[in-house]
Amino acid sequence: MTSHQVLDALQSVRDPEIPTISVVDMGIITDVIVHSDEHVSVRMTPTFVGCPAIDVMRSDVERAVRELGIAAVDVTVNFDVPWTTNRLTEKGRAALLQHGLAPPEPFESLTLELEVLNNVACPYCGSHKTTLKSPFGPTLCRSLHYCNSCLQAFEGFKPI
Amino acid sequence: MRMNRDAMKDMLLRMADDVLILAHRHSEWTGLGPLLEEDIAFSSIAQDKLGHAQALYAILHEHFEGDEPDVMAFGRPEQQIRCCHLVELPNGEYDFSLIRHFLFDAAEFIRWSALVESTSEPLAKLALKIRGELKYHLYHAQTWIIQLGAQGSEESRARMQTAIHMAWPYALGIFEKREGDTGLVAEGVFPGEDELRTRWLAFVGSVLDKASLDLPADASAILGGRDGYHTEYLGPLLDEMTEVYRQDPSAQW
Repeated sequence: MTSHQVLDALQSVRDPEIPTISVVDMGIITDVIVHSDEHVSVRMTPTFVGCPAIDVMRSDVERAVRELGIAAVDVTVNFDVPWTTNRLTEKGRAALLQHGLAPPEPFESLTLELEVLNNVACPYCGSHKTTLKSPFGPTLCRSLHYCNSCLQAFEGFKPI
Repeated sequence: MRMNRDAMKDMLLRMADDVLILAHRHSEWTGLGPLLEEDIAFSSIAQDKLGHAQALYAILHEHFEGDEPDVMAFGRPEQQIRCCHLVELPNGEYDFSLIRHFLFDAAEFIRWSALVESTSEPLAKLALKIRGELKYHLYHAQTWIIQLGAQGSEESRARMQTAIHMAWPYALGIFEKREGDTGLVAEGVFPGEDELRTRWLAFVGSVLDKASLDLPADASAILGGRDGYHTEYLGPLLDEMTEVYRQDPSAQW
């Protein structure tokens, strides 16, 4: 058993709130340690401190690793590696777009400027003529926007 | 070291209790917000804050012999709750809720930004995460303060100003000093309440200026919450918040 095989198996574990994206592409798996063919440890970091989906994802991760025939699986959730939207993979960004969510632009500086929330590319028509309506949406990780080109409201996955 | 462990527990508890209680007040806007977006915003902020409280209770549990987070949140009588009076006050009208949200989140943002450098490892790690979330809370508050202040009508500006004057002595109470703080400052755990208050005053002043609102003249802070003395409003809040837990402490919901 290699950590690569474990990560492959974790591709089947989805975010319950955004089923197009896996926990791996979301970037919330921070470490996989294969101690032996019988014992694997997985470390995860939540997207938001109060993310209500983390417990579901933790048990889904545990089940997926067990299904590889591994008897002892321990999954730890902690803040050792803080999650940021920069941890999303390219595949993960495409999966968000497929779900109708504008993916967050990667940012470089430690201090994210929230002006980036204006003019987010519309997930329907690609236009940047958009307006932020609210930094809070139906889940903690989403914001609400309006596209002035195709005149539709849309949701964004907010950079953090 | 013993003394600093107690001081550390006291600090974590007052931070956690502040956000636990304010999360409850914010959640009272769920279904009642003046706009659907505002309803969602206050509900989301409440959910974030509850998560912050839980993470702080978890540090107390894992590193400082505290009870399980649920027991900490729902199992303590009023006299053991260490929140400041600002977070206990009823929501009132939307102007007061917005102003309280702004004054409190400005303080939270400044506090957690400083804690990124804390010598307490679990706190510093959590700070990196929470600071990012608070940016959105503060952004929400600031946008409305400016919109209803400088960009608002005569009535909206007047209402915001009245709410600031009402909330001000309570907001100063966020920074109530504690006996053990000196030791924590010396150890580099946090910069101390006076320093945080100075940074907060400068920040709040600059936003109120942009909003064409006046910073109140110095008033006396309303203190006591950190010692377990509370307003008449906390009791009924706790009764409601702990109703399910009191009937069945093992209930999952």
